Amino acid sequence: MNEKFHVSSNPHVRDKMTTSRIMQMVVLALLPASIFGIYNFGLRALLVILISVAASVGSEFVYEYFMHKKITVKDFSAVVTGLLLALNMPPQIPLWMPALGSIFAIIVVKQLFGGLGQNFMNPALAGRCFLLISFTGPMTNFATTGKNIVDTVSGATPLAALKAGEAVDVSSMFLGNIKGTIGETSVIALLIGAVFLLAMKVIDLRVPLTYIGSFSIFILLYKLVGSHTLDWQFLLAHLCGGGLMLGAWFMATDYVTTPITKKGQLVYGCVLGILTAIFRLFGGSAEGVSYAIIFSNLLVPLIERVTLPTAFGKGGKKK
Amino acid sequence: MAKTNSPVERLQNGIIKENPTFVLMLGMCPTLAVTTSATNGIGMGLTTTVILAASNMMISMLRKIIPDKVRMPAFIVIVASFVTIVQFLLEAFIPSLYAALGIYIPLIVVNCIILGRAEAYASKNPVIPSIFDGIGMGLGFTLSITCIGAVRELLGAGQLFGKQLLPLADSAQGIMGYEPITIFVLAPGAFFVLAMLSALQNKFKLGAAKRGIDPSNPDKCSGSCVSCHNSMCSGKGGEKA
Repeated sequence: MNEKFHVSSNPHVRDKMTTSRIMQMVVLALLPASIFGIYNFGLRALLVILISVAASVGSEFVYEYFMHKKITVKDFSAVVTGLLLALNMPPQIPLWMPALGSIFAIIVVKQLFGGLGQNFMNPALAGRCFLLISFTGPMTNFATTGKNIVDTVSGATPLAALKAGEAVDVSSMFLGNIKGTIGETSVIALLIGAVFLLAMKVIDLRVPLTYIGSFSIFILLYKLVGSHTLDWQFLLAHLCGGGLMLGAWFMATDYVTTPITKKGQLVYGCVLGILTAIFRLFGGSAEGVSYAIIFSNLLVPLIERVTLPTAFGKGGKKK
Repeated sequence: MAKTNSPVERLQNGIIKENPTFVLMLGMCPTLAVTTSATNGIGMGLTTTVILAASNMMISMLRKIIPDKVRMPAFIVIVASFVTIVQFLLEAFIPSLYAALGIYIPLIVVNCIILGRAEAYASKNPVIPSIFDGIGMGLGFTLSITCIGAVRELLGAGQLFGKQLLPLADSAQGIMGYEPITIFVLAPGAFFVLAMLSALQNKFKLGAAKRGIDPSNPDKCSGSCVSCHNSMCSGKGGEKA
């Protein structure tokens, strides 16, 4: 009875969709890719994932406990950060590196800036770039002993082979039995997760489609200018290779680091696609998704400012 | 507390109370750029100290002759002369340091610590306190950037003053050891370490600052420039003007 006369400020109608539920769904959506990664690379991949998630949840708890803040471990956002970071790592990485990366991602990038909702760039990607710059060797060492991998190209990932001008097998890149980081190899597993998120309305198509679309157009134009052909094979290899699918569906769509305006999301997706293509085609390393996303994260406040919709009654023709 | 404007008070002020790097946040450009190792930090700091003391002395001597309207150009000419002298000395006697510091030696001319002290202190105070003010500020700067350099060198390369403290890992030969976190000797590392050390020293100073502050009367100087938000105040030296 007391409940009925409970007086509170608005909003009064609440959705069942809480932060915690959204984050749980993202974890669920990442499961196919994680399971495929473990199948592909063996139990060591599972170990990397567990360590990364544990370190990220643990450091969030420890920081909030000692800073006398509300403990937000239960909202699963740290789990998502840890899981994404692990999926971005090669399986043979020394095991303390995912832990260090998680601690950096949670404490420096997320908590020091005010916790969930305040981080200025994607924590998982910032953690990955921190590791990539610090330990370039281990982070790009994809030599693995997994028995399920079709070793079409020895030593390198298909994307690196593509950059070197070698032929790659697109169908195995789509299925995922290739070398790469734990979660990025299987396009089909990632797409299953993405469809799940779309169906549950956790993400919408705006950012991923503009991202992949502008990326494809740039790649096609590059080939058109270079060799005067529409090279679909090259485009498919680029779409299936590397972290593009993981980045476009799971990391570029992070609520905190994406523009809130609809027009802004389209701009953001285009910037992402063009930057990724530039980094991949002209950059020093074969991959460019991580850097493109965290760089675009920094542009988000500017994009939001430019694309701010006019309030009702404001604007109109200027005399 | 030592008497105001006495040499000891000036040294204390420069090294601790108004430490140019961690408290005044001045001279960020060399602080971030050259602190890739502790040796570079000490070299840059001492070079700046020499120039700071000398230019403070010279500006204090000439403070009654320099017309107010052209004081900035006059200060810069004086500082630039000393920088040129020091630059040639470094090039002749410590070429390795000269090579490591590079463009940041000529840039000392526009270092805001030096111009700041000239403007805020040396141009208004007698010669002896000005010299000690320069030395104090310079030593404070040296201490800070050596700390930053040491942390960055230790984390980023496992070295301290060029000596290998932590044995490096070699995965090819299966040797266990320290895996250097390369990002700390690159540009982002400078910001991380500066932020961490500033936070640490704020943590230690916070207690003292809290006791000294009087929120009901912000104009009244509590003697602690850490907690002071009065932008009109040009530091302890400004009161004497």
